[in-house]
Amino acid sequence: MTDLQWETLSNQGVAAAGVVYFLALLAYAVQWAALRDVPVRQAVAAGGGAPVLEVEDEQKADRVAMTGRLGVLLTAIGALAHFVALVGRGMAADPNRVPWGNMYEFTLTGTFVVVALFLATTNRWRLSWLGPIVVGFVLCVLLADVLWLYEPVAPLTEALESYWLVIHVVAACIATGAFTLGGITSILYLLKARSSKETGYLARLPELASLDRIAYRMHAFGFPVWTFGVLISGPIWAHQAWSSYWNWDPKEVWAFITWVVYAAYLHARATAGWRGRNAAILALVGVATLWFNFIGINFFSTTSQHSYAEGAGQERSVVLRVAAAPVEAAQEVRVVVGPDHAWA
Amino acid sequence: MTQLDRRPADDRQATPLPNDLNARELARWSWRQLTSMRTALVLLLLLALAAIPGSVIPQEDIDSLAVTQWRENHPNLAPIWDRLDLFSVYGSVWFSAIYILLMISLVGCILPRLFVYARALRAKPPKAPRNLSRLPEHASYETDEDPDDVLARAARTLRKRRYRVVRLDGGDSVDAERGHLREAGNLVFHLAVIVVLVGVAVGSLFGYKGGVIMFVGKDYGFSNNLTQYDDFAPGSLFDPTVMEPFSFSIDSFDVNWITDRENPRFGMARKFVSHLDYTTEPGAKTQEYDLKVNHPLSVGGTEVFLIGHGYAPVITIRDGDGNIAQSGPQVFLPTNAQTFESFGVVKAADAKPTQIGLEGTFYPTFSLGKDADGNLSMPASAFGNAIDPLVSLFAYTGDVGLDDGTSSSVYVLDKTKAKQVMKADGQPFRMDLRPGETVKLPDGLGTVTFDGLQRWNKIQISRTPGKLVALTGVVVALLGLLGSLFVRPRRLWVRARRRDDGTTLVEVARLDRSSGGDPETGRDELDAIVAALRQDREAAP
Repeated sequence: MTDLQWETLSNQGVAAAGVVYFLALLAYAVQWAALRDVPVRQAVAAGGGAPVLEVEDEQKADRVAMTGRLGVLLTAIGALAHFVALVGRGMAADPNRVPWGNMYEFTLTGTFVVVALFLATTNRWRLSWLGPIVVGFVLCVLLADVLWLYEPVAPLTEALESYWLVIHVVAACIATGAFTLGGITSILYLLKARSSKETGYLARLPELASLDRIAYRMHAFGFPVWTFGVLISGPIWAHQAWSSYWNWDPKEVWAFITWVVYAAYLHARATAGWRGRNAAILALVGVATLWFNFIGINFFSTTSQHSYAEGAGQERSVVLRVAAAPVEAAQEVRVVVGPDHAWA
Repeated sequence: MTQLDRRPADDRQATPLPNDLNARELARWSWRQLTSMRTALVLLLLLALAAIPGSVIPQEDIDSLAVTQWRENHPNLAPIWDRLDLFSVYGSVWFSAIYILLMISLVGCILPRLFVYARALRAKPPKAPRNLSRLPEHASYETDEDPDDVLARAARTLRKRRYRVVRLDGGDSVDAERGHLREAGNLVFHLAVIVVLVGVAVGSLFGYKGGVIMFVGKDYGFSNNLTQYDDFAPGSLFDPTVMEPFSFSIDSFDVNWITDRENPRFGMARKFVSHLDYTTEPGAKTQEYDLKVNHPLSVGGTEVFLIGHGYAPVITIRDGDGNIAQSGPQVFLPTNAQTFESFGVVKAADAKPTQIGLEGTFYPTFSLGKDADGNLSMPASAFGNAIDPLVSLFAYTGDVGLDDGTSSSVYVLDKTKAKQVMKADGQPFRMDLRPGETVKLPDGLGTVTFDGLQRWNKIQISRTPGKLVALTGVVVALLGLLGSLFVRPRRLWVRARRRDDGTTLVEVARLDRSSGGDPETGRDELDAIVAALRQDREAAP
């Protein structure tokens, strides 16, 4: 296949994934619609793990089970197309490379990890109730990704050609996926804590303690991976490419902030008065800093060396910097390296 | 659920200040406040909050030019920002205060726990509670076996499951415990954080980082001492005598340009390689090294990095008397990283009758770009490679900033006391030179020759002692973290009692002591243990 064909395949993969995720969302919608007015059985709480989707009416139970399975199946098919899209991005470049060269590709990978982690844990941890939210979230992010972040396939810049790219970015993306799922669960925890309804989605979620535990496990998985990604592999690579392992670059600062907030979350779960609600709020602060760092910071800071989100024309401002600097300050020369050195 | 209500043993509590305290009690109370988990939590959040300004406001040690520019744009705010240390957040008093308090809190929290842990390691698993069926995870069955046999088998089974097992003489239970590594991991993690901090501190106190722009060619060399650097940022306890006495020159420099117009990165420079000749100390054998991005050269504890490159037009200025007033390559700094359109100045202080300064733009591949009206009139560089190089300069006379002895940048022309050279019609005099060309300046000021093109590399040199300490610390911290998150400490008791009717009642109970334990895994383990106890019985004749 030619590079162009790979690129087309990748774009078709994203489109197909979007369509299939949407169908999965519909299947989940039908599933939950069937459960809408059915009160939750009270007996459920005793056992610990709540059979979220239990219904007395047999016909309804069949429909719920069938649409639920269909939803998961469609999610899996969507994930497959999503994966093809990722591989296509890498194969379309010349020379072939890992598909982590710009924000479009990072977002594509991050959302894929969210879906993959969901699929990996849904049976074991009985997360079927998370399905509609995950698919809805991923669908929205993919849409935004394609609309606003799309970039044509291009070879990696020099600084990105390092196997640390693979290690660093894989870790960061996996942690992002886990934190995102943890964040979603924490939102549901807070919503359920406020709700006193006996029917509907929130009423059918697992009990609060169980939501708290699922959120904790997502975070407990994500936190060491994040630690490895931003505090071990990131600095090692930074040391190789930029000559110092920690530069307080805006992206690093926010990765550090995210790390500190999640560290606080883990402590909060062990502190009286912070457990439960406050811990969940901290988890949300964490996920907000995470996604702000993932996408937002690129639009706020122009000095970041993680500048893969910059358009051309960014270099222009540097002219002024050199020319406008007073004589003594210009002693420290800023060598303009712009996009071709635009290390991520 | 029990998980949320139970107060973990490691939760030190902050308490309100009591009224009648003497100095010693007050100190005790303050120490207890500082080392409470709640204070640690607040300090962590403060640390996160305090790190934010540094990502939005330009920082002195990261981009001092951006700081200068910011100061110029905000003359009123800048003094306030200065007073608040907002241009160097990460070295500021308040940022340091937060993390030092956090470290004290950490040490104060961890030290007592070390002793508790040491005691717990030696301690026997606690005796079985009187009523095992009150524990959330419990099971029981009846058998006609002798209680001693059941308990002996229970001890064997639990040992096989790597529990620490105790059976008191004459007791009716087996007490078992495992998962001490969780707290060990927790302690290791927190201690390792301190190691990381020490490593980082050593690096920033004793290390240095410097940059130098070097011309390519054997005629130009660099030897590692302070005078040779263009910019140099030492740590506050840096000692220049530790600088490794290496030296190097750039033999040649290769760049590949993407010339395929279909490629979205058309014109991008790739695979730059500086072919270095270096010696580790004076008199040592000369070695070669291909310096590339991501592939620094290590000499002892110092590392040499390639971080940028550009063009240096070789320009000769002859003054009005015909003498060479200035000659040699001049570093022009790229203003466009794609096309390498570059900006630079040339100063001839010794020119007679008056100093001459030149300022202008270098175009590696000269072409005309479109202006705002769409006319092809804007000079531009079409490509980063020097295919059709052209340098376009304006000339200045008078004091070009070399006389007064103050340090002045070689990249900026101080025009406050200089006068621009004009043509007869009153327009600024501009010279466009291709290699080999010479232009005569008006009024017999002299001539300017563009002799040829030289390349330069920006080399970064840094020495970061303690980096392996920091790396080891963070790796150990990660291992500790894994232990503290995934090892599940738990206790297990098996009690067997002969009842009046001659049968034996076996009770098994399990207590999960982690905060994220999965009830299902717990039940599974309990079931497996009960099954093991009973299966053995069935298998035995």
